[in-house]
Amino acid sequence: MHIPDGFLDLKTAVATGALSAAAVGISLRRLNGSLPRKKVPLMGLAGAFVFAAQMVNFPVAAGTSGHLMGGVLAAVLLGPAAGVVVITSVLIVQCLLFADGGIVALGANVFNMGVIGSAGGYAIYRGVRILFRNQRGKYLAVVLAAWGSTVLAAACCAGELAWSGTVPWSSAFPAMTDVHMLIAVGEAVISSLALSAIGAARPDIVAEEPRSAPVHEGRDLLLYGGLITIGAVLFISPFASRWPDGLEAVAGRLGFGSAALARPLVSSPFEGYTIPGLGSPVAATVVAGLAGTCIVFAGGFLLAGWLTRRSRNEA
Amino acid sequence: MKHDYIDRYARLDSPVHRLPAALKLALALALVISTVIVPMSAPLYFVACALFLVCVIFLGRLPLRFVAVRLLTLEPLVAGVAILALMQHDGLLMLIRILVRSNLCLLAMVLLSNTTPFAGILDVLRSLRVPSLLVTVLALMYRYVFLLIDQSERMSRARASRTFAPRRGSRWKTAAGIVGQLFVRSTERAERIYAAMTARGWR
Repeated sequence: MHIPDGFLDLKTAVATGALSAAAVGISLRRLNGSLPRKKVPLMGLAGAFVFAAQMVNFPVAAGTSGHLMGGVLAAVLLGPAAGVVVITSVLIVQCLLFADGGIVALGANVFNMGVIGSAGGYAIYRGVRILFRNQRGKYLAVVLAAWGSTVLAAACCAGELAWSGTVPWSSAFPAMTDVHMLIAVGEAVISSLALSAIGAARPDIVAEEPRSAPVHEGRDLLLYGGLITIGAVLFISPFASRWPDGLEAVAGRLGFGSAALARPLVSSPFEGYTIPGLGSPVAATVVAGLAGTCIVFAGGFLLAGWLTRRSRNEA
Repeated sequence: MKHDYIDRYARLDSPVHRLPAALKLALALALVISTVIVPMSAPLYFVACALFLVCVIFLGRLPLRFVAVRLLTLEPLVAGVAILALMQHDGLLMLIRILVRSNLCLLAMVLLSNTTPFAGILDVLRSLRVPSLLVTVLALMYRYVFLLIDQSERMSRARASRTFAPRRGSRWKTAAGIVGQLFVRSTERAERIYAAMTARGWR
């Protein structure tokens, strides 16, 4: 998901840069007040860890392989502010040293992978943890946070490319989100499995939840949430109403639209994100989205149950 | 350290290497920004940029082959996103535009990282009043990233030499095991580094 230089125009680069600078500034300020000196070397090592972990590949589907992004893992292990700073440092080193991800696109990459991938993922994690406080809830929360933040980051990435006018939204959005829905499953599974492996080797690291005072945390999550919402409104919403149009427009123009509608090969339960019997398309889209969320939730719940059973056996 | 190849030539001695790091960073940034802004209707600008960068390669005494290989290994990352640009009206034109722009930017960044030691760039960031925590994290990362990459490759190799035909599920599990173990080792290393740093008077 590293955007190279040459893909974003200046307005997108400046907008994403401003949002990212605000988020990184908030995080650094929070850390200056709360991070013990003892943990400063750990921040550097965590950056090197995320970098090295990104080189461990796992098979996704049909010969493609994905790699971890590590934002949620870093945020859960070190806290959201540290997660943002660690991922930002990884992206800076990757850009300056390895030319992986552009320097003008650095703001966009930090926003997608650092702010959404780490702080946004952490917000999902905390939300789920409020509902499920036990051990199973922890793994469930990591699964949902890793999956949700990766897909949202991919959607934002598509929006930034489309806003720059380099890639049309109608191909960028489905391509980015479809691929990353699969990769995100890997991210979710590997994150929770890695967390359980860390817990087996060093229970003390996972047990101590690195959290600032609840007052600060609530305010921080609101600030991060605000920045992410501004980004989503800027990059995604201008296009959302025009989608889906690509294939349907082509089908209509070439005149096989009606034929395709008459004989579906495999009838999907929620065709075009609408559900038969629900009048308003908006309500239907929301219901379809909720159903999709429930499916991911159920998958995460099963994985979490399996992980907690295993760790109880090992204990 | 076998991953030294990434910025292997950063410590050569040449007219380009002797220039101050701040100047080189500013030049690279200016070149990348102007490459993003200048419209394609001014092809002369892009030719001039390319000529300038080629001059830097020769003045910096960088082996052409090395630069070419670095560019080629980065190409898939660009092509992966660029292919999406094809799916539109006059997509081929857009693809060429993107490839020219991003390759010039890539070349500029590869040359920057191979003519300027990373410590020099960090000094520039520090003098620009980038928060000291961020600079410290970057410095520690640069020091230890190659070590951890080596460590994770050793673990992957050990796993590969012990498994004959791994199933998909077990491959996910071993990947997660490597990631988890890597974090545990990083934490323990960080604890040792902290002890060593305080023993040497780090406040």
